[in-house]
Amino acid sequence: MRAQGEAIRDMVGSLLRRAKGRGPFRHGGLVALVILLAFNALVTPNFLQLQTLFVNVSQVATIAIVALGMTLVIATAGIDLSVGAVMALAGATAPLIFMSAFGQAYPVTGLVLAFVVPLIVAAACGLFNGLIVSVLGVQPIVATLILFISGRGLAQLLTNGNLQTFSNPAFSYLGAGKILGLPFQGWLALALAGSIFWLVNRTAFGRCILAIGGNERAAMLAGMPIRSVKIGVYMICAVLSGIAGLIVVAINSASDAARNGNLMELDAIAAAVVGGALLQGGRAPVFGALVGAVIIQLVRYTLLANGVEDEVALIAKALIIVLAVYVQQARKE
Amino acid sequence: MTPLLEMTAIDKAFSGVSALVQSRLEVRPGEVHALIGQNGAGKSTLIKILTGAYRRDGGSVIFDGAPVNFSSPRQSQDAGIATIYQELNLVPLRTVTENVMLGYEPRRWGGFIDWRRAHRRTREILDGFGVNVDVRAPLERCSTAIQQLVAIARAVSINARLVIMDEPTSSLDDREVDVLFGVIDRLRRNGVSVLYVSHFLDELFRISDRVTIMRDGRTVGCRPIAETSKLELIADMLGRDAEEIRSAGMTGFGGVHAASGERLLAVEGAATLNRLKDFSMDLRRGEIVGLGGLLGSGRTEAAKALFGVDRLTAGSITLKGARVSWMSPRQAISAGLGFLTEDRKSEGIIPDLSLRENLTLAMLPKISRRGRIRHDEERRLVERFIRELDIKAAHMDQPVRELSGGNQQKVLLARWLALEPELLILDEPTRGVDVGAKAEIQRIIRDHVEQDISVLLISSEFEELVEGADRIFLLHDGRTTSTLRNPGVTEDMLIGAVAHNANEASVQDGQ
Repeated sequence: MRAQGEAIRDMVGSLLRRAKGRGPFRHGGLVALVILLAFNALVTPNFLQLQTLFVNVSQVATIAIVALGMTLVIATAGIDLSVGAVMALAGATAPLIFMSAFGQAYPVTGLVLAFVVPLIVAAACGLFNGLIVSVLGVQPIVATLILFISGRGLAQLLTNGNLQTFSNPAFSYLGAGKILGLPFQGWLALALAGSIFWLVNRTAFGRCILAIGGNERAAMLAGMPIRSVKIGVYMICAVLSGIAGLIVVAINSASDAARNGNLMELDAIAAAVVGGALLQGGRAPVFGALVGAVIIQLVRYTLLANGVEDEVALIAKALIIVLAVYVQQARKE
Repeated sequence: MTPLLEMTAIDKAFSGVSALVQSRLEVRPGEVHALIGQNGAGKSTLIKILTGAYRRDGGSVIFDGAPVNFSSPRQSQDAGIATIYQELNLVPLRTVTENVMLGYEPRRWGGFIDWRRAHRRTREILDGFGVNVDVRAPLERCSTAIQQLVAIARAVSINARLVIMDEPTSSLDDREVDVLFGVIDRLRRNGVSVLYVSHFLDELFRISDRVTIMRDGRTVGCRPIAETSKLELIADMLGRDAEEIRSAGMTGFGGVHAASGERLLAVEGAATLNRLKDFSMDLRRGEIVGLGGLLGSGRTEAAKALFGVDRLTAGSITLKGARVSWMSPRQAISAGLGFLTEDRKSEGIIPDLSLRENLTLAMLPKISRRGRIRHDEERRLVERFIRELDIKAAHMDQPVRELSGGNQQKVLLARWLALEPELLILDEPTRGVDVGAKAEIQRIIRDHVEQDISVLLISSEFEELVEGADRIFLLHDGRTTSTLRNPGVTEDMLIGAVAHNANEASVQDGQ
C-alpha cells in the first residue's frame, strides 16, 4: 500500500519535473490537445470528417479572437471581465446601422459603417476600462466589472431587448463566408493571431506589455509609458471582442443582446490560461491562446457529440482549467 | 542570570555566499537588546533563522533553556517568540479587538466567540500599555503607532517571551515614538525581552540595555549600552578604530570649491514627502559626486527626487541652467538622466524577460522605428555590451533571473550606459555582488566617466565613496550637512564627518 503510494508520488513528481523542463511537457496545452484529438478520433462518431472541422473552426474563432485580447490584458497583470458585454454591444450596434433608413438608402456606406462604428464603440469601452485601471488605479477585476454589468444592459436598451433578425448576405460573410473551403472567421482569427504575435514580439509596445506585467515598478523606472500602454491593451482587447461580437451576429443573421458573448469572459480567460498565460502577468503566449481556445471548444464538442449535456460540459471545462493552472504552478516553482 | 535566548556559532550561506559566519546573539530575560549593523551585515538573516523563516547551516539556538530548531515562523510563535514586522501583518478593516485576538478568541458555550470578554481583555491589555483606543473601531482608523502597539498587544496576549521589533520607529513621529518606548518599558518590567533592530542610534541609548553589533555576517561586539558611546558603535559597525575616527573627524571639512567643468546640475533645498527635508548639491560635467550618510539618512530618497519618482514639495532642481520639475522618470530619462536603483530585484530587473530585453528596456524608443524594434541593431548593441562589460551568460536570450547577482547588476548598468546619459545616478552599484564583479563594475563606471558621463554615486561603503568621488555630500536626516572634496579625503575623515553629523544631531535633539 505504502510502496504503491510512493510509486505514484514518484511518477507524479517526475511528470512535474518534466513539465518544468523543455521537452513536449513544456507545452502542457499541446499535449492536452493531442490527447483530445486522439480520444475523439477513437470514440466520437464521424469525428474525422471535414464537416466536423468546419463546425469547430467556426465555433472556435470567436473564443480565439477574444482570448488573444485577454492574453494581452493578462500579460500586464490585468484582467478584462467586460469582453462578453462588449461583444453584445458591438453586435447590437451593427444591425441597427445597416437596417436603419440611412443604411437602406446607402447600402455600401451602411455596410462599411456597420463594421466600423461597432468597433469604435468597442474601442471606447476599452478606453473606459483602460482609464479606470491606469489613471484611477482601480483593480482591473473591479474596473472591468462596471462594463461587464452595464455594457450588456446598454446593448439591450439599444435593441429594446428584442432579437433583431436580418438578411444581409454581405454582412453575413463575416460568419458564413469561406476561403479555400474553410470558414472566413477561422482565417480572420489566424490573421489576428499573427498580428498580435508580431505586436508582442516585434514592437516596443509589446515589449512594454511584458515589462509592465513582469515588474511594473522597474518598467516605470526605466521610463516606460505605463498608463498609455495599459490603456492601449484594454482598447485592443475591446476591439477584438467587438470583432467577435460581429462574427456571432453574422453567423446567426440575428443579434441577440442577451446572449451574444454570454460567459465569453470565462471562456477567454480559460483559453488564455490554458494557453500558458500567467495571471500575475509578464507572459503573452499568443499562439498558446489559440491552442487554449481550440481545447476549450474541443472539450465542449467532445461532450456534446457523445451525448453529454451542456451542464456537464461546464464542469469538464472547469476541470481542464484546474489542470492547466496546476501544471503552470508546478512549472513556476 | 541564564539567558532567555542564546544563539551560538550560527552559519548560513545562500548559494555558496556566506551571509552569516559564526555569529552569535544572547538575550537575557526582561532585557531590551538592540541589534545593529550596516545593510548586509546579517541582522535580518539572523532574525529569520531565529523565527524559523530560514534554516541555519550550523550552530545552535537555545531558547528558554532548551535547544530549539524552528522550521516555520508559526513554530517559533507558539514557543513564545513574536515578531513585529515593518510591514505590519494585521487586518486593517477589522476591529482592534479582532486583530489582537485573531486566532485566540475567547469562546463560550457552543464555540461562539465571547465578544464581551474579547473586548474587555483587549482593553485591559491596551490600558496596560497606557493606550486608550476604541477597541471596536476598525484598525485602519488608528495611527501607525497604535497599529504597531496593537501588533505588540497581540504578541503579548499570546504570551510572547521575546518580542522582535524590526525598525519599529521608521514610520512614527516623535510623540508616537514616546508611546512606543513607554510600552517597551512596560514589557521589560513584565519580564518580556525585546530584540530591537534599528539604524537610529540615538534611540538605542534611550531604551536598550545591551547592544549587539554585526558586520559582514559576523557578530563583532556585544556591549552594555551604558558603557559605550555612539562613536564606538559606529566604529564597530564600520570596522574602524574609535580614536582614529574621533581625531579624523575634527579635520578636513571642505568648503565650496571651484570645479573645472560646466555646472550640470544644481539642487537647492529640495524636500519631498518621502523623508527628504533639505537637500542641496551641485554637480559639474565629468564629475563623480558622492552621496554619503548612514542608513536612513535620505540618500536614496534624494535620488528619487532627482529622477522624478518623488515630487518636490519645496526647493528646486536646475539642469544645465534651466529649472526642471519632472512628473515621471520618463521625463527625467529624456532629459538625459539614468538611475541604477538600489534594489535590483524589485526595482531593476524584469526577471522573466531575457538579458537582451532587460538591457534595452530604457532605450526602446532609440532602437525602434515607428514602434517596431530594430532587432539587428538591438542584438548588435547587446553583443557590444556583453563584450565590453564581460557579462557572463549562456546567450543573450537567457532569462535574466538565471544570471548571477553580479551579472544582473552589469546588465542593469548596461541598460543605462547604453542610453549615453549625461548624468547617471548609481544607488549602491556594488551592493550584493562578489568582490570580483565589484571591482569590474567600479572600473566600468570610471571608464564611462572619462567618456563624458557625470555620476552621482550613492554608497554606504566609505571606501567606494572616497576612492570614487571627486566631491562627497553628506546627508543626515534628509538634510545635506557637509561637503568633502578630493583629493585628500580619507576614509577616516569621511567616517568622522558622518559620526560627527550623527552626534551633532543628537545633541540638538537632546536640548
